[in-house]
Formats: sequence, structure tokens, C-alpha cells
Amino acid sequence: MIVFERVLKRYPGGRCGLDGVSFRLAAGEMAFLTGHSGAGKSTLLKLVGLLERPSRGQVRVLGRNLGRLPARQVHRHRREVGMVFQDHRLLMDRTLFDNVALPLVVTGTPHREITRRVRAALDQVGLRGRERALPSTLSGGEQQRVGIARAVVNRPPVLLADEPTGNLDPELSREIMALFERFNQVGVTLLVASHDLDLVKRLGHRVLTLREGVLVQDTGPR
Amino acid sequence: MRPLTSWVLRNLQAAVGTLGELWRAPLTSLMSLLVIAIALSLPSGLLALLDNLERLGARWEGPASLSLYLKLKTTAEEARDLAGRLEADPAVAGVESLSPDQGLAELRAIPGFDAALELLDSNPLPRVLVVRPGPGRHSDAELERLRAFLAALPEVDQVRLDLQWVRRLQRLMALARRAVWLLAGLLGLGVLLIMGNTIRLEILNRRAEIEVCKLVGASDAFVRRPFLYRGLWLGSLGGALAWALVGGGLWWLQGPALRLAELYQSGFRLHPPGLTAGLGLLAGGGLLGWLGAWLAVGRHLGEIEPD
Ligand SMILES: Nc1ncnc2c1ncn2[C@@H]1O[C@H](COP(=O)(O)OP(=O)(O)O)[C@@H](O)[C@H]1O
Ligand SMILES: [Mg+2]
Repeated sequence: MIVFERVLKRYPGGRCGLDGVSFRLAAGEMAFLTGHSGAGKSTLLKLVGLLERPSRGQVRVLGRNLGRLPARQVHRHRREVGMVFQDHRLLMDRTLFDNVALPLVVTGTPHREITRRVRAALDQVGLRGRERALPSTLSGGEQQRVGIARAVVNRPPVLLADEPTGNLDPELSREIMALFERFNQVGVTLLVASHDLDLVKRLGHRVLTLREGVLVQDTGPR
Repeated sequence: MRPLTSWVLRNLQAAVGTLGELWRAPLTSLMSLLVIAIALSLPSGLLALLDNLERLGARWEGPASLSLYLKLKTTAEEARDLAGRLEADPAVAGVESLSPDQGLAELRAIPGFDAALELLDSNPLPRVLVVRPGPGRHSDAELERLRAFLAALPEVDQVRLDLQWVRRLQRLMALARRAVWLLAGLLGLGVLLIMGNTIRLEILNRRAEIEVCKLVGASDAFVRRPFLYRGLWLGSLGGALAWALVGGGLWWLQGPALRLAELYQSGFRLHPPGLTAGLGLLAGGGLLGWLGAWLAVGRHLGEIEPD
């Protein structure tokens, strides 16, 4: 499902984001990505979601060789990879409904179908009936859940999350992680970056550890 | 069939959606519309005025005439003979003969001239034949041919083609028309640049939205579409507004124009620009708007990528 082979990512300016990373993640697997700030977690996720291209090596996701994918097919790939960010990247002047509907709107989904799926997604993250609310009226944890609803509304086979609990207290963090586990149980492949080692260890999934762009540890699930 | 219908549907959605956005920000939209409308109404207003002047010219157009100044030694007998021959020519509608005495009398009638004429001991004026061209001989080419024929006659010293003032006006207006088209071209370019800048600002304003759309898998066409339709709407609505402005302007001038026409006992009235002009402005404005947006989108949309 996700295959990295000796992937090197060098940013303009010479900084190295990843340095020779290789691993495989099977379909339906769930893994955490840890490491200190600057270790390359975000870089790795961006390569999977095609927000960046590898400088060297191969990144294959869903059978696509992402280094070679033509620019006009990038958007098709992004439709199949849901992404959640620490700062959730919601449009603050749009309602929850409009925010969550966006991935369906850009694919030209019929209106009735959009309504049905947005309701279902908000329901899944525990925000049923809040379609008309604006993100600014929500708490941090709720905003993060809207971001998750947006990432899963078009049922992508792969879901990526970059420090999704970075701004949340332990209680809310556990809730968010439980949510991810539920998506994983219905077959979504998940890769979650987090530097909250305690939480990651307790959950007992596979853990990939990065240090200065190098994959230094890959511990299997308990 | 299905991809086509869905394509049409998406474009329709973008078109209606963009119109809704313009409607929800009426002040900004109106400002953009007015800028475009004013730029477009200036040349189209001038063209409408020229059209009206031309219409006026057409009502007053009289036949041109040619004055033949005969050689001084020509006798009255020879002059009458020549006039007779010319009148028989199908290229000539009529000939009027002016003797030197008649010419002198005409000059005397001009105040201040008679004193000067007292100083002359003999009449220096030649005989003059005024030739009116025959029906269908009023084109520039025909007149020139007639002039050349008359100038070659042995009795004739000089020929003067008296173009009616209307004809001169027409040539002046052809010049003015070309100048107005030049102005229109420059202002059209201005509209293009204004639109490009308007769309550029709109793109920057919506940077966050564009990034999120690209993040969730929007195609370039999807991201581009609302901006192109914004340009199309602003341009075509601006064109329509320009049409209304020109119509309103001419209506405002109608009163004074009618009172002027009364002085000349003419039923002349100003005509507002017609439906063709309106449609032309609508289409031209739309095209300029779309093109301006297209340029801005091509330049700035690619720079915005999620990170
Ligand atoms: N857009 C960028 N341009 C240049 N260097 C970058 C960019 N993004 C990340 N980096 C560098 O790449 C390295 C890894 O960063 P990142 O992947 O963000 O780490 P993490 O998410 O683990 O904190 C860091 O040294 C960072 O400075
Ligand atoms: Mg990071």
C-alpha cells in the first residue's frame, strides 16, 4: 500500500528532510511515526500525500510511483489520501458542512449525496447536527474532529495525520486516537505522526522512529 | 454523453456560484463593474455620436458640383456652345452659366469689396460654367473622371471640384472614427489589465481556500473555473452597463439636440446605440474579462500549493 525505497528528500537550500528511508506499510495497517521535531515526520507524510516529491529513491502509494506521476494526475492521488493536520486547516469563514463537503464538491458529487455523506462523517466524529456552525465557535478538539471528518468524507483508502493531537490535552488526544483506530478497523490504512511517545507506546501499534531524516527503529505491533 | 453533461453541469454551477458571490459583495462588484463600464463607454459613446453625425450628414447630402473657369479669350458664343454640348452628355445633370458681369455683381454684393472693385478699369473675371454631375455620378471615382474630362477641354482654363461641406465632414469623421477605434483598443487593453489585477487580488484573497481545495484533490480546472467566470461576468456585465451609460448619456443630450434641430427645421433626433451595439459590448466586455482572468490565473494560480 505504502512503499518507501531508499527515499531521499532534499529541500531547496540543501536541507535534508529524509535520508535513505525504506519501509512498507500493508493495506489496512496502522502505524505511528515518531521522532523529535525536525526528524522528518512531516516530510515523510508530505511525500505520501504528494505535497512534496522525493529527490531520490521510490515512493509507491496505492500502486503509483509518486516520483514519476505527471503533474495533471496529482489531484487524483490526493483524492485517495485523506490528510489531517495539527492546525487542522479549516476555512474559518465556512460552516462545518461546507468545510467537510469540500472533498466531495471538488469531485462533482451530486448534491444529495454530499448532504448524506457529510452528515454521516460529522456523525462519525461526534459532531452530529452541527452542520451550520462555524469552526470558530468550536473547541480545539472539536475543530480537529472537523478536520478528520473532512479527511474521511470521501472514504479514502489511506489516511495520514500530522501531529493531530499536538494542541490537545491527554483526554482529548485519547479520543482522537480512538477515532483513528475505528477508521483502521474498517480497513483504512493509517499513518499518524506524533511526538507524544507515551501515548503512542500505550496504543501498541507499529512505530517507525525517525532521527535526522533516518529511520532508526521500526517496532512491530504488540 | 455523461462526461459532457457533467462538464456542462460543473460549468453551470461555477457560473451561477460566481454570480452569487458577486451579488453577496455588491459594493466591490459594483466598483469593478463601474471601472470596466466607464472604460468601455468612452469609445462606444464617441462611436454612437459619430453614427448620429453621419446620419445627420446623410440627410443633408447635396450633389457636388464642378466650376469650370473658361479661358479669358472665350466668347459668350463659345461658352453657350460648350454649355449646350455638356448638357447633352449623360454624365452631366445640368450646366449653369455665369458671365464675368454676373461674377462681378456677386463680388460687389460682398460688403467692402465694391470699393476695391472701383479701382479696376476692366472686368478681370473669366466666364464660369457650373456643372452638376448626372445621377449616379457622385462617387469619388466618377467625380474625378468627370473632372479630368472637363479639364482637358480646350476652352477650360481650370476646374474646381466643389465638394459639399457634408463630404468634408464625412472625411473628417472617418478620421475621427479611426482615432476612436485606436482609443477603444487602448482602453480595451486597459480593461484587460484591470481585470487581470482584480482577479489577481481575488486569488491572493482566497489563497487559503485555494490551498485547501488543492489539498483535498481539486483539479486545476476546478480551481481555475470560478476566477474565469468572475472575469466573464464582470466583463460582460460591465459591457452591458457601458451600453446603458451611453444610452443614458444620449438621452440626456436629446433635449438640446432637438432644440438645435428645430433651428434648422430638421426632424433630427439622436439615436441611442442599438441592440447590436449592446450585444457587441456584452460579448466584447465578456471576452476581455475572461481573457484578463485567464492571464491572471495562468500567472498566479500555479504558485499556490499546499504545504
Ligand atoms: N519547506 C522546507 N524547506 C526547507 N527545509 C525544510 C522544509 N520543510 C522541512 N524542512 C527541513 O527538513 C527537516 C525535517 O523537517 P520536518 O519533516 O518538518 O520534521 P518534523 O515534522 O519531524 O518536525 C528539518 O530540518 C526542516 O528544517
Ligand atoms: Mg512536523
